Parts: sequence; structure tokens; C-alpha cells
Amino acid sequence: MAHHRLTLQQIGVLALVAICAPLGDACLSRGMRHLPAITLTHPLELVSAVFTPWIAFGILLLIGFFASYLTALSWADLTFVLPATALGNVIIVLLSHFWLREPISLARWAGVALITIGVSFVAQGPSRTEHVPKTSEIQSAANDEAAS
Amino acid sequence: MILFQAVNTPSPSPNPWIAALMIAAVILTSTAGEVLTAAAMKSIGDLDDIRAHSGLKGAIKAVLTCPLFFAGVSFLAIAFFALLFALNHLNLSLVGPAAASLTLVTNAIAGKFFLKENVDRRRWAAAILVCIGVYLLAH
Repeated sequence: MAHHRLTLQQIGVLALVAICAPLGDACLSRGMRHLPAITLTHPLELVSAVFTPWIAFGILLLIGFFASYLTALSWADLTFVLPATALGNVIIVLLSHFWLREPISLARWAGVALITIGVSFVAQGPSRTEHVPKTSEIQSAANDEAAS
Repeated sequence: MILFQAVNTPSPSPNPWIAALMIAAVILTSTAGEVLTAAAMKSIGDLDDIRAHSGLKGAIKAVLTCPLFFAGVSFLAIAFFALLFALNHLNLSLVGPAAASLTLVTNAIAGKFFLKENVDRRRWAAAILVCIGVYLLAH
């Protein structure tokens, strides 16, 4: 069933996607930076990296992201979900500025503005593409009905 | 632009072509994974409706019995390990913005051609604005 107007629950699912993804990525990058260089000759070292605490926590967050992402994709287009969830990056920047008092460069503020404008573009449109039947299909259906 | 960044940053991998190849691998595999997963979820139908009728177990079963879903997850898993590999050799300031921003554009293209989504001017504008925004933000 198509939903053009998102319910509160659906907005909550999109918010979960938005927040879990950047937090999970941040945990992964923190974990990977503390490991020695991994080469293609020892690919199994990548698997052992999964069991280090920061990477494990990052993966947990990414599992939460994936569950809500799948739910969102079941009622919205991919090209609707992806930009909408990019808002999570903006939330992380705003949190780091107003909560952790981190300085934010002008370029980053420009990034925040661009993402917000982009997301507002997508949010104004329908969340899912409706595949309406072609005129010829409607005509043939009408002909069939008339014949019967 | 990205290639110059690869040269200028004190990265353990000095070859910009290898850096570009690593990033391209992340972008292509994650786009394939996301498009296949989206196709799977579209074919399954609204998960909220399924959960209302058959409960959480029914919703999980509907997802886990869809072959397209496993194809998508396989590509996403490859993309994940490609990202871990790239992060181990290149700086996050290069891999993060490049992968996150370019994936939005490749997904918009793939969404239009493979998923037949109505990518109108508004969605193209959004994909490009968010792409530039994510790039600026991650730097």
C-alpha cells in the first residue's frame, strides 16, 4: 500500500535510520584506526577486526540501522529514503557543536545547509512512485468490459 | 578533486589510482547492494502491514525467504569489507565523503533505471545538493 503522507511511526523509522548510520560509521572508523595495516595477503585479519569492541559496537548500531532501513524501503522509494536519511549527518554535526562545543568550519555549515535544503526538496514530494497503468492498458480494459 | 586529495593527504597509499579503485569498489558494490535490497523490499510489500497481519515473525520470514534480499545483502557485505579495507589504507576524510556522497548519485541513477522510480527534478536536485553537502560535511 502506498503512503504519500508519512505517519509518525514512519518518521520515527526514518529518524532511526538517520541516527544509527553515522554513529555506527564513526565507531567503525575509530576501531579501524587503532588496528595495524591489513593487506590483501591476510584477508582473515579483516574478520578478526569485527570482534574488537569499537567495531562490534559499530556493527550493533549498523544492525539497528539496517532493520529500520529495510522497513523504510518497504513503504518508500530508495531515492526518497537515502537523501532523507542523510539528515543524520546534520544531526551529528549539530550535536557535536551545541553539546560537545566542537568548532564547526564554514564549509561544514555550508554542508549542513545544502543537506537540509536537499532533504526538504525530497520531503515535499511523494515517498513512493505510483506505477499508474498506461492509457492503452486502460483503453483495453474498458474495451474488455464493454465486450462482456 | 578526490584524486588530488589522495595525493595531498599523508595517506599510507600514495598511488591515486589505487585509492580511486578502492573507492570505486565501495561505491559500486554498495549501489548494487542497495538497489537489490530496495527491489527485494518492494517485492515483499509494506512490512508494517505484514507485521500487523502475521506479527514480527511473519515479517522476518517474508524478508528471509526473498532471494533478492540475499543477493542485496551479499553485495552490501562485500561493500562493508571493501570499506573496512579502504579505511585501513586511506584516510577517513577521503573515503568517508567520497563514498557517502557519490553513492547518492549512483543510487539515483540506478533507482531510475533499475527500480523505475520517478526520479523527478526535485529528487535529482536533492541527490546533488545532499551529495555536495555530505562531501563538505565530512571534510
